[in-house]
Amino acid sequence: MASPRPERLGGVLLEVKDVSLAFGGVKALHQVSFQVREREICAIIGPNGAGKSSLLNIINGVYQPMSGTISFAGVQRRAMTPRKAAASGIARTFQNIALFKGMSVLDNIMTGRDLKMHASLLAQAVYWGPAQREDIAQRRKVEEVIDFLQIQAVRKTPVGRLPYGLQKRVELARALAAEPRLLLLDEPMAGMNVEEKQDMCRFILDVNDEFGVTVVLIEHDMAVVMDLADRVVVLDYGRKIADGTPDEVRGDTEVIAAYLGVATEADRRAAGAAVG
Amino acid sequence: MAGQLDTFPRLLLDHAAHRGGRPAMREKDLGIWQTYSWRQVADQVRALASGLAALGFRRGEHLAIIGDNRPRLYWAMAAAQSLGGIPVPLYQDAATEEMGFVLAETDVRFAVVEDQEQVDKLLELRARVPSLQCIIYDDARGLRHYPAELLRHYDDVQKEGRAFDAAHPGFFADAVAEGRSGDVAIMLYTSGTTGHPKGVMLTHDNLIRTGRGGNEREHLTEDEEVLAYLPMAWVGDNLFSYTQGQVAGFCMSCPESSDTVPTDMREIGPTYFFAPPRVYENLLTQVSIRMEDASRLKRWLYAKFMDVARRVGTKLLDGQPVSFLDRSLYALGDLVIYAPLRNVLGLSRIRVAYTAGEAIGPDLFRFYRSLGVNLKQLYGSTETSVFVCIQPDGAVKADTVGTRAKDVEVRISEQGEVLVRSPGVFHSYFKNPEATREAKTPEGWFHTGDAGYFDDDGQLKIIDRAKDVGRLLDGTLFAPKYLENKLKFFPWIKEAVAFGDGRPYATAFLNIDLQAVGNWAERRGIAYSGYTDLSSREEVQALVQTCVEAVNQDLAQDAKLQGSQIRRFLVLHKELDADDGELTRTRKVRRRFIAERYAPLVEALYSDRASLPVEAKVKFEDGRMGTIRAEVKIRQAPVSQPASPLRAA
Repeated sequence: MASPRPERLGGVLLEVKDVSLAFGGVKALHQVSFQVREREICAIIGPNGAGKSSLLNIINGVYQPMSGTISFAGVQRRAMTPRKAAASGIARTFQNIALFKGMSVLDNIMTGRDLKMHASLLAQAVYWGPAQREDIAQRRKVEEVIDFLQIQAVRKTPVGRLPYGLQKRVELARALAAEPRLLLLDEPMAGMNVEEKQDMCRFILDVNDEFGVTVVLIEHDMAVVMDLADRVVVLDYGRKIADGTPDEVRGDTEVIAAYLGVATEADRRAAGAAVG
Repeated sequence: MAGQLDTFPRLLLDHAAHRGGRPAMREKDLGIWQTYSWRQVADQVRALASGLAALGFRRGEHLAIIGDNRPRLYWAMAAAQSLGGIPVPLYQDAATEEMGFVLAETDVRFAVVEDQEQVDKLLELRARVPSLQCIIYDDARGLRHYPAELLRHYDDVQKEGRAFDAAHPGFFADAVAEGRSGDVAIMLYTSGTTGHPKGVMLTHDNLIRTGRGGNEREHLTEDEEVLAYLPMAWVGDNLFSYTQGQVAGFCMSCPESSDTVPTDMREIGPTYFFAPPRVYENLLTQVSIRMEDASRLKRWLYAKFMDVARRVGTKLLDGQPVSFLDRSLYALGDLVIYAPLRNVLGLSRIRVAYTAGEAIGPDLFRFYRSLGVNLKQLYGSTETSVFVCIQPDGAVKADTVGTRAKDVEVRISEQGEVLVRSPGVFHSYFKNPEATREAKTPEGWFHTGDAGYFDDDGQLKIIDRAKDVGRLLDGTLFAPKYLENKLKFFPWIKEAVAFGDGRPYATAFLNIDLQAVGNWAERRGIAYSGYTDLSSREEVQALVQTCVEAVNQDLAQDAKLQGSQIRRFLVLHKELDADDGELTRTRKVRRRFIAERYAPLVEALYSDRASLPVEAKVKFEDGRMGTIRAEVKIRQAPVSQPASPLRAA
């Protein structure tokens, strides 16, 4: 069902232009540019250390690029912070799950609503009047996400007691609770079994389809990338080496070289089969 | 007045008129229980029925219903019945092949389904079921880009229905008035251990009279609460939730999802409850596992008071005399252990809890009764609208299924088979007059296919399927299910398959219970990589051996069956699975199929080999095929001699 439907894509939502980043002498990213269109699912792939996570970290303001610009929804931000990014509609999940292990699933997802809370701290503490009404509205939103991701059974379970695959789903739930326009997923299927991966793929497609959320994801499982993504951006040593539809990227000589080292005609065919 | 309430739609309209504001159904939506009153349900059913009629649904036509227990699917059932149609609920996890067979056989044109998953299945079956012209779905998620010609949203059909109703004001009432009590009210497919499933046609009269009898027997009123959590395609859910609820006017609640049933149980607190033995077993296993992790004081209290409960709990429940001291101890136990435990299990308000389907272990059975839960066994089948025998309050015997239900006649044939005649005995099998003739005599006696007899108190005892009762070479009676049940009563053993008919001695295949044995192994620091690995561990094999030996000791006390002790057994390298066709959907072992599939292993049991390498094809849940390789060990079990004449019961 993941057939690309280009007519569903809107204008450019995110534009990364000539972005560079270095840690000391190590160049993590070098003049990377790409665009993500509204409602697109864009996968970022590349060997270890290619700069994929750094790129996500720049998009949501954890790192500041040394040069280059990021525009989100037509607004170019100079000094982006994670909080500003979240407020403007960017939510993300992490490679190593970053949840509050001792808190229940419900409370964890509720934290995703933090920026949507308007009542003052005091009013929330007293839990009276508008604060109570707001809390009920927020809870309803959270319940919709719980329903959507089918985690009703673990609503009250502390996150630390859940299996890994479910924790990943809770993290996605928290990101969704923020009602983002852009969702950044850092290896959403890492460490999952086949069935969990299938579920997660289904959820990502549904999120994209039902809510029109744009998705940028980092993923190593090529089968997943080929199934999910409308477009694939390939990084190697901090440089963008390819950018196109899954089919285009699969046949790209440079991509094959990056993954396998050399690119003779025979390798190319073999790599095409391996990547596919 | 009561004479006219002989079809489901009439009952529904009567409730809407007489107890319109009382709760009829509940479901949890976005974490909050939503209640529908009888009036609201009647209104929703009317809208859907009118919508179906507007789409061309005709009297006598079948309506396929697929999905979890949802009020809206029950309304679909009622809507079909209102129009004189026949609802056919299907097991939603049924293989596409099985589903296709049923849909094609019934020439289904209309289906009401829960969500995308079922829509996908039906679309896949379109070529096989050319008659299908309308799929009505409830949850629109993921369906946005589907071809629209076949699909309709439930709400839209109801909207059309309301318009149709406005244009034809008398239509609905006329449709209901046209219904006869002898019309087929529902068609339920039996899982069937061989061949294609058979459609059992039950009339309004079958169900309503049986339901009424059941309600009278247990004094069920409009105040009961039930949780409708078992498959809608199963006769039990239809009777316990839908039929008895429609007859008495009580409320049924639908769980949020199949995973949340324990939580929903606690929140709803049903007063009338049915569960197959395995559910009770799982609950007990969880309690036991959690008790082992509890603090020392709690463990001590639990052990102490469970002793008291075992000694006097059942007597108290049965109204037998108990000393003042024991009474006081039990009351104290109730305060600190039993009541909290019942609460955790969601059994706080239970008045009547039933179990059936498979034999329930005596220890398990007594556990619940000693806690004060009025757990009772019953006996019945799809073809008898469930109720044949029920254990009577105050005289519950663990090894019988009780006395006859209201208006039920039971006879034991010369071959030892149980025959039943009752108001609930089915009309016929769908499009299968031959099978109907085999199962039902012209006088209305239904052949249950079970072997059994009445004991001295007039309580029925079922030992096995009549066709499965066999003989060893030396003529000893061999009742495989009886042996299997005895083995399965041990928490470590999940499934057992016994062999012995026409053989020199009895043998068995066993499946360990991964959860229970896994926990056991963990506490002993035994590492394992999965089912196959764990089941082949020497420690586990020895553990299982103690179970087999205990069963043999038990059998040794039975004059009829002592010759059928298990001489050799093996622990299978894979779990028996319904997806591989080894179990039925209701988790009954398909003995013959297993014997064929694992023929070399069966032969090895009757040779002197100590092990056998095997390779098994398994179907993973995502549909891929895989292979398991293992070395299956075969073990000897010593034969016991009848030792203590005390236990020769």
